[in-house]
Amino acid sequence: MTVSTDLLLEASDVAKTYGAVVALRSASLAVRPGEVHALVGANGAGKSTLVKILTGAVRPDSGRIIVGGRERLAHSPAEARRGGVVSVYQEPALIPDLDIRSNLRLTQTPEAPFRDWLAELGIDDLRLSELARDLPLATLRIIDLARSLAIEPDLLLLDEMTAALPANLTERVLAVVDGHRGADRSVIFISHRMIEIAAVCDRATVLREGETVGVVDMTDGAEEQIVELMLGEIAQALPARASPAPEGDARPIDATPRLSGRSLGARRRLHDVSFDVFPGEVLGVVALEGQGQDEMFDILAGSSRPTGGELLVDGVSVSFGHPADAIQAGLVYVPADRAEALLMQRSVHENIALPFSARIRTWGPINLADERRKVNESIATLQIDTRAGGEVRQLSGGNQQKVTIARWVAGGVRTMLCFDPTRGIDIRTKHQIYLLLRELADAGAAVLFYTSELKEIQLVCDRTIVIFGGRVVSEVDAADADERNLLRAAYHLDPGEALPKAVLAGAPSGAPVDR
Amino acid sequence: MSAATNAVDRSRVGPVDALLAWGGRNAWAVGLLGFLVVLLAFTKTIQPSYGASAIQGLAISVLPLALATVAQAIVVISGGIDLSIGSIMALTSVVAASQMKGQGEEFGVAVVLAVLLLGILIGAINGSLVVLTRVPDIVVTLAMSFVWAGCALLVLKSPGGGSSDWLKELIKGPLVSEWVPRAAVVLIIVVALVWIPLRRVRLGLSIYAIGSDRLAAFRSGVSVGRTKVIAYALMGLFAALGGISLTASTGIGTPVPGPYTLLSVAAVVLGGVSLAGGRGGVFGPIVAVVILQLIRTDMTFLSVDPNLAVVAQGLILIGVVMVGSLIQLRRSRT
Repeated sequence: MTVSTDLLLEASDVAKTYGAVVALRSASLAVRPGEVHALVGANGAGKSTLVKILTGAVRPDSGRIIVGGRERLAHSPAEARRGGVVSVYQEPALIPDLDIRSNLRLTQTPEAPFRDWLAELGIDDLRLSELARDLPLATLRIIDLARSLAIEPDLLLLDEMTAALPANLTERVLAVVDGHRGADRSVIFISHRMIEIAAVCDRATVLREGETVGVVDMTDGAEEQIVELMLGEIAQALPARASPAPEGDARPIDATPRLSGRSLGARRRLHDVSFDVFPGEVLGVVALEGQGQDEMFDILAGSSRPTGGELLVDGVSVSFGHPADAIQAGLVYVPADRAEALLMQRSVHENIALPFSARIRTWGPINLADERRKVNESIATLQIDTRAGGEVRQLSGGNQQKVTIARWVAGGVRTMLCFDPTRGIDIRTKHQIYLLLRELADAGAAVLFYTSELKEIQLVCDRTIVIFGGRVVSEVDAADADERNLLRAAYHLDPGEALPKAVLAGAPSGAPVDR
Repeated sequence: MSAATNAVDRSRVGPVDALLAWGGRNAWAVGLLGFLVVLLAFTKTIQPSYGASAIQGLAISVLPLALATVAQAIVVISGGIDLSIGSIMALTSVVAASQMKGQGEEFGVAVVLAVLLLGILIGAINGSLVVLTRVPDIVVTLAMSFVWAGCALLVLKSPGGGSSDWLKELIKGPLVSEWVPRAAVVLIIVVALVWIPLRRVRLGLSIYAIGSDRLAAFRSGVSVGRTKVIAYALMGLFAALGGISLTASTGIGTPVPGPYTLLSVAAVVLGGVSLAGGRGGVFGPIVAVVILQLIRTDMTFLSVDPNLAVVAQGLILIGVVMVGSLIQLRRSRT
């Protein structure tokens, strides 16, 4: 690495062990003043732990951290903040029961610069008297970012800042990050989206299994280099793409759709959503943030009742009063937030076995041998890494998401509802999930797949519906489902019409993505 | 109902607007106040002789529980719960009574101040144990309730001791008008002196913050452990005030804890404080205490079997809280 004197931050040989699990073996990170530095690595590579150490939330077992030329180890986020190191975490650090103004006072953030940054990030209609709990997640993350920028930190850490942000906000964030470099300010940018890293970062440090395996200058072709470093020797074993979309129309004309929505409505948010998913296909769902997709999946998963329209399973009208009804009808749900689906303190085995062992209508003893067989099969199918130990919460995010899928696969899937299942997980696991969804469809299951990453659509889906303002506004075939078309449709623009300039800036232009 | 009340920029907002904004944010407390007015009117109809002296009696009888409830509310807002409040009140009450007996008036002032310090110390001990042992609040404070109750019996084996006359006079009778009981004025002044300044400084925000979301509070730079200890110390202060008010109203100290611990939890819940922490204030719980006491009085006037009256009190509690969450549910849906 370069000379240590002119570095803003230098961490070397940082190690951290949680019980038997080694989170960081020997991580190093050097950030120059005025650069945007990417920190990349598959899930479980140790990024989160390194961030927590840098911001004082966790104490390392060993290693040296030098900030601004002085050796410094922060013992709390407050101390790190005083040292000029501020982090924006994946979960916004806003107090839900306080309004935004009180949240600012709590962190002693001046209000004027906060408002300026907020406007720059594209939110100018925020009332500071609003309670944090009443605001959508995307807005909270933007507020958190603006709050951090307002105190002018020397080093800003952004942990998956753009995950779960709609495209228009993502583009604003990237523009702000891009403009933030310079002077003595630096940014550490953590993202799974290679396109963003290529767009704003100067250099990238790659972590693999708790070790820094390389530092890459972000020039042309650097993405390939990063992916190779991240994956290591397993790169060759990765499928290049999920199996291609079938040629022509594979399903018989008179087939009954597995799941149909007819003019589904949910008060104010969802007005008229109709669709059919046939056995053997993956139907994509694309929408900007807050267009009614959350409500739609809540209805399909049985969590809430529609206020209008009709739901049909195998052509028969159904009404769900409880998720158990939906599961009974063969509709299983994979949410983006793993914590919604898993019993974090129980074992992988129990989590997978729960849906089919704990059916309310089957009493009596559980057939343990049968259960173990099914569980082991699905662990093998999904290649879940269970080394981390007994409790699911000790697994990495990617492995946890695999468990949420495995628990449905183990019992046999007829219809799977996936809501952004790849949010915040690494490329390798993402690819395994794409492949798995395709395999499920090929085996006759119907899959509904909502994603906030448009490029996934073409990898996985046969057809895609686009929701805008609570209505299905278009349907896109696999062949046309490139990011540009999808984005255009998601913004509800006519095919001939040009995208707004601002949107185009944020849209990737057919560059190689992901790998 | 939020910590944000005080965050309203008063330089730009007129007093009427500020009041309206406060009402909007404290809708639950305002609703309770309305319910209290209805209840007072009802009391007047079933007992036409209910008047100024009855109001004074009401104020004196609710004072200990009201102070205990403020104590409980602070801890619950910070995300904890304290099951030793009744014991702390008994201990502080007997310490005050045993020390004041037969002593001069000036000495009584010193005793009161010393007992308040003792309350803060006891609260800080509870809080420190919760923070250091990482045992859940409910377990630690339940255990400590035995410790403090035992200490109370060590101080005074049976009800006894005495109270300075000024202390007794402090809460007895009316002030200015016969409709303004001294006890109520004392309560309002004491709470206002501690609570209102607290809401305006970072410490107050921190108490709400650690109750609302510990992790977010930690990441916002709040010292979670220290804030928790301070919240418990404030609880101890108010519990000691409650203990002193017991001595003042009865003239003696009783070493056996009264029913204040669980009643304070009930009043806190009825008063719109979320048991999950982070939400509510102290105004609603105080109104709730008056309501609970008045319901009991009305039951007596209606000559309901006292045992049945307790059953009814419990059912009313569940009913009101249920209606409250239904309202909240509907509001969040629209």
